[in-house]
Amino acid sequence: MSKSNTILYLDGVSVSFDGFRAINNLSLVLDKGEMRAIIGPNGAGKTTMMDIVTGKTRPDEGEVFFDGQVDLTKHDEAEIAMMGIGRKFQKPTVFESHSIEENLMLALKGPRSIFPALFHRRSAAEARRIDDILGIIRLGDKRNELAANLSHGQKQWLEIGMLLAQDPKLLLVDEPVAGMTDAETEETARLLKDIARDHSVVVVEHDMHFVRELGVKVTCLHEGSVLSEGSLDFVSADERVVEVYLGR
Amino acid sequence: MITGRFFAAGADRRIAITILILLAAAIIVPLLNLAVSPASAFYIPSYIVALTGKYLCYALLALALDLVWGYCGILSLGHGAFFALGGYAMGMYLMRQIGSRGVYGNPILPDFMVFLNYKELPWFWYGFDHFWVAAIMVLAVPGLLAFVFGWFAFRSRVTGVYLSIITQAMTYALLLAFFRNDMGFGGNNGLTDFKDILGFNVQADATRSALFAASAITLALAVFITWAIVGSKYGKLLMAVRDAESRTRFLGWRAENVKLFAFTVSAVMAGIAGALYVPQVGIINPGEFEPSNSIEVVVWAAVGGRGTIVGPIIGALLVNAGKSWFTGALPEFWLFALGGLFVAVTLFLPKGIIGMWDSWRGNARAQRAASLAEEAGTDPDVPPPKVVRSAATKPGDWSASGPEPQPAE
Repeated sequence: MSKSNTILYLDGVSVSFDGFRAINNLSLVLDKGEMRAIIGPNGAGKTTMMDIVTGKTRPDEGEVFFDGQVDLTKHDEAEIAMMGIGRKFQKPTVFESHSIEENLMLALKGPRSIFPALFHRRSAAEARRIDDILGIIRLGDKRNELAANLSHGQKQWLEIGMLLAQDPKLLLVDEPVAGMTDAETEETARLLKDIARDHSVVVVEHDMHFVRELGVKVTCLHEGSVLSEGSLDFVSADERVVEVYLGR
Repeated sequence: MITGRFFAAGADRRIAITILILLAAAIIVPLLNLAVSPASAFYIPSYIVALTGKYLCYALLALALDLVWGYCGILSLGHGAFFALGGYAMGMYLMRQIGSRGVYGNPILPDFMVFLNYKELPWFWYGFDHFWVAAIMVLAVPGLLAFVFGWFAFRSRVTGVYLSIITQAMTYALLLAFFRNDMGFGGNNGLTDFKDILGFNVQADATRSALFAASAITLALAVFITWAIVGSKYGKLLMAVRDAESRTRFLGWRAENVKLFAFTVSAVMAGIAGALYVPQVGIINPGEFEPSNSIEVVVWAAVGGRGTIVGPIIGALLVNAGKSWFTGALPEFWLFALGGLFVAVTLFLPKGIIGMWDSWRGNARAQRAASLAEEAGTDPDVPPPKVVRSAATKPGDWSASGPEPQPAE
């Protein structure tokens, strides 16, 4: 497989924790600008895969490349984030004692060292960018509220907004619709499809209805490697996938 | 922008009031001590001046701890070490000022060195006869120790209770080291019998008043600096690291550097507090490194309200005033009272005195708004009062180890 023109390239990646193989010879390629949904039962290694890509976990073996040439195994979380990989956690993680606007301000692309932050003043361009993102995530009327006061679904959106503020090339989105109402789920699907127009996106999700709404290529993981890959109809017709999900 | 915010209403006004009170005290207390006749009802006796001056140093130490504990969730149980190191740097200067007036009359060597048969001044005592050298050391020694300690601890991602334990171990190790006679810091007895500071007699009322004023002004300055730090984007980041460290990492921030900066600034503040403390109490000995001292600082900050700027100051003043009274009236019971206070605050006042005051004020305002709305016959569903930002901790996240970083997923 050629690495050129890929945004994310995993080849033969394995990692084990205390003898348990969480990821087993996993290979996955994401083209530039592609949106991909990843499904799989609990323990399939979806979150561990994200940990590897974002530098939280080092793989025991295998290659992980970003943008065709950057070896991600040689960098840590902060460096990888600065290169342009944004990650949304499974449990929405925002800064609860800050307002929505401050959450976005901390996420906004810019220098990441201490002294600029100490003497930082918000520029007009930054204010405009924050306004834009507040519009995209539909939280404009709550900009001064504490993030702790948001509903679960709104926290998910705020976190997606923080990823956008980072201006990443690749977004890794872990279970964006967990705990959302149907209406919120639809809204989130629309939001992610919007984002996918000019970003590469990996979405991990259990909700098949939501995955269908996204209408993108699906990868099914099982026991740390790829079980099946293709359109949702193709994957859900795959006997092995049915077996894994129904536990036969 | 900073001055604009400084005069703004709300929590910031509280900071302004605190600074004004401290600056007023720096002028009024010395005046009432020096210019008023002892027979007058307004006279403040010298021992009160010295005692409150000491409390102000403790307040500065509590504020320093709060910068890392309240705002960044780093529960340091070793801040007494930075305080003591600042104190020793000042003590060394004061020792050299004694000159040939010591018991042994040696113009170079302090008494304890003559007694321990030192032939010449150890190299690390060079320069301490100059005030400016001592002043730099007051800042540099605690700052450098905190920087090196923090560099390793934060880089290895030691957090929570483990970090607290190693800070405690640090102060204990220093305690043992400073107890040794051959360390060259006076061993068990420490440094004492001071005569002059900057040419003025340390025992004189005027000097004591000046030291009190210096402590009050320094504390006011520290309040301003802490407020400026906490209000900056970096301050927001500091709280973000406290609440969700992994989130900050995945946004590209280096959480270890964020913590390291706050920890170093805090240690320097603690060092300054120690340097102001020593001439006012007249002695510095290894007892200041005692781990229980550092734990007491945590109690002050908790009582006043951690994660607020004014809280730790109020806590330090109140607890120490209580301690002075208690150790006079019921000396055996002081430690029980302190322990009981800590338990009571943890159970009933998780946000400390300031937090209780804010929620009481918030409730009162909400009730007033509700009754006004009822009178006007409008919708009683008034929006709840805005959460007061100075009490920045979340309810329920108070624990002995501080807010734990939330799990990443």
